[in-house]
Amino acid sequence: MSTPLIWILFPGLVSGLLIFLQRWERVVAILATLTAALLAGLAWWLPVKEQLFIGSWTLDMADTWSIMGRRFILGPNERPALVILYLTAAFWCGAAYIARPSRVFVPLALGMVAIMTAAISVEPFLYAALLIELAILLSVPFLISHDRPVGHGILRYITLQSLGVPFILFSGWMLAGVETSPGDQVLVQQVSVLLGLGFAFFLAIFPFHTWIPMLAEEAHPYAVGFVLLLLPGAISFFGLGFLERYSWLRASQTTYEVLRFFGVLMVVIGGIWSAFQRHLGKMLGYAVIVEIGFSMLAISLGEQAHPGSLELFFASLLPRGLGLGVWALALTIVRNQTDGLLFKDVQGIARRLPAATTALILAQFSIAGLPLLAGFPVRIAIFEGIAKISLSTFLWALIGNFGLLIGGFRTLAVFVMGPLDENWKLTETRVTQAYLIIGVGALLVVGLFPQSFLPLFSNMSHAFEQLIP
Amino acid sequence: MFDQLAFLGVVLISITSLVLLVIKDWRVSITALAIQYLGVFELVGLSWPLELAAVKLVAGWMAGAVLGVALLGVTDKTHKNERIVFGSVLFRLLTASLVGLVSFSVAPQLEASIPGIRYEQVLGGIILIGMGLLQLGLTALPLRIVLGLLTVFSGFEILYAVVETSTLVSGLLAGVSLGLALVGAYLMTVPTLEDIG
Repeated sequence: MSTPLIWILFPGLVSGLLIFLQRWERVVAILATLTAALLAGLAWWLPVKEQLFIGSWTLDMADTWSIMGRRFILGPNERPALVILYLTAAFWCGAAYIARPSRVFVPLALGMVAIMTAAISVEPFLYAALLIELAILLSVPFLISHDRPVGHGILRYITLQSLGVPFILFSGWMLAGVETSPGDQVLVQQVSVLLGLGFAFFLAIFPFHTWIPMLAEEAHPYAVGFVLLLLPGAISFFGLGFLERYSWLRASQTTYEVLRFFGVLMVVIGGIWSAFQRHLGKMLGYAVIVEIGFSMLAISLGEQAHPGSLELFFASLLPRGLGLGVWALALTIVRNQTDGLLFKDVQGIARRLPAATTALILAQFSIAGLPLLAGFPVRIAIFEGIAKISLSTFLWALIGNFGLLIGGFRTLAVFVMGPLDENWKLTETRVTQAYLIIGVGALLVVGLFPQSFLPLFSNMSHAFEQLIP
Repeated sequence: MFDQLAFLGVVLISITSLVLLVIKDWRVSITALAIQYLGVFELVGLSWPLELAAVKLVAGWMAGAVLGVALLGVTDKTHKNERIVFGSVLFRLLTASLVGLVSFSVAPQLEASIPGIRYEQVLGGIILIGMGLLQLGLTALPLRIVLGLLTVFSGFEILYAVVETSTLVSGLLAGVSLGLALVGAYLMTVPTLEDIG
């Protein structure tokens, strides 16, 4: 028995099976949630490269699965990532019954997580680009609404994400040349440009970010939220793999400067557009752009100059996951009760949906790093790190973050404005209320006691031994 | 085996990619895509064993078949045939000729920087990538976008075949081509699914 069979093949097969059962949405949601929770639990507990005794049976747990001359390796270093991936899948599949995105969402979401697991385990790691592309293609069916024409956002999403693959694969081949002759500056420049373009396409970095708000406007918020949480996280993990493997790349100061420049650009663009936005779905999209920017800023601090920067990047995954999860779920509930997600459609909706709107606002403020909420501890640490390196970058990042806050306050104002004679009443179902309360509670608890939760995620940085001095 | 016919592959690729860019009839487009993959097969076969290069051909033809079968069931005519406007055709021909000129001027430099690659492979690869990108930039229709992406990927696969001979990569790239075709088919049939209920 090998670990990749458990965390790649098994969920892949379950995903395939669930597609045939999609008529029974509740059963599918329960089965997928249990499978994902089981796999997260196994990732936490199961010994790797040791013998496992089950009654009279003895199983050798190998960490490698060879296929077509290449290997998938899931060793102890990948375990935290597995726990996070499958816990995320469990939570998103669990709440899917309330959010009710497309019927194929749950099976394909589980399939996406299985492919992403394959992407973090494949050797040579460059092939992850192809696996990520397959995961992207798998997400398309649940991002399309059957009740409206195919929009430009989904087409741009497929196009821009697909164009990243050739750049990454080709730069991977050229990187081998740089390893053998690191003094060849022309080759280094060519590789840097190709690699940069590849990740710009994949991570939706300016000017290739336009599909995010477009998709967030067109597609089901819950499905979009899942994709926008999973993809940037997995691609960042993939990007860190490049820094880990190529010493010239992580030793170059230019790498960190470029990351910092584009990181702050993303924060400013996302923040300012968010401040002037009138569509709640698009606002979620711009918040994700800001989050991608802050991830890049965290990595750009560099472990040499700012020890713990990689921990900051990994720690940010928890508040981002919680914030986006609660935001997407609440947005879905609002969308189901209104004609659309434009400000004019949701005016005064807080009087009818107080739980959902409160959760949405708190999630938005958490992503914007408001004190006492989950996003604050990591955000303030990133700000502190940037301020030590460059005051102008810090000020621009602050402006972008402020834009996100303004967007939150505008949303709050629109939610509560309305006829004064309309009474406040709780119309969400009890199950929905329970999910929202758990989500908001988690945002508050992580914000109040970050030291109890964030180390679980920040410890993932130990998987990148070369990046930590 | 393909050494003597290498330039024929480039000619095939150039003509079919031009047809894909200019002609809007879906039957002609799918046929051109199928012939284009013959050219890709020939140019990849210069570096890969025949049986491995055949994967490109089979995957490409399957992608074309998936798109063709989907289009047969599509009722919305905007997905099938666009109206041909003389100005648009002229513009496309001019931009395609620009792509051709750029390909001829860039090919020698790229040939020098990739060890073991042949001039025909470089030329074929760049022409396909250029024409595919042009196609992507000039349309917002799912069929045309998928055809553009398949063209870009075909060009890339010709260049990448010289430096990478892994079976897994070959399989994954074939999976991406098929995946793109399936996604394209899904995007075109979604409104029809709604009609059916």
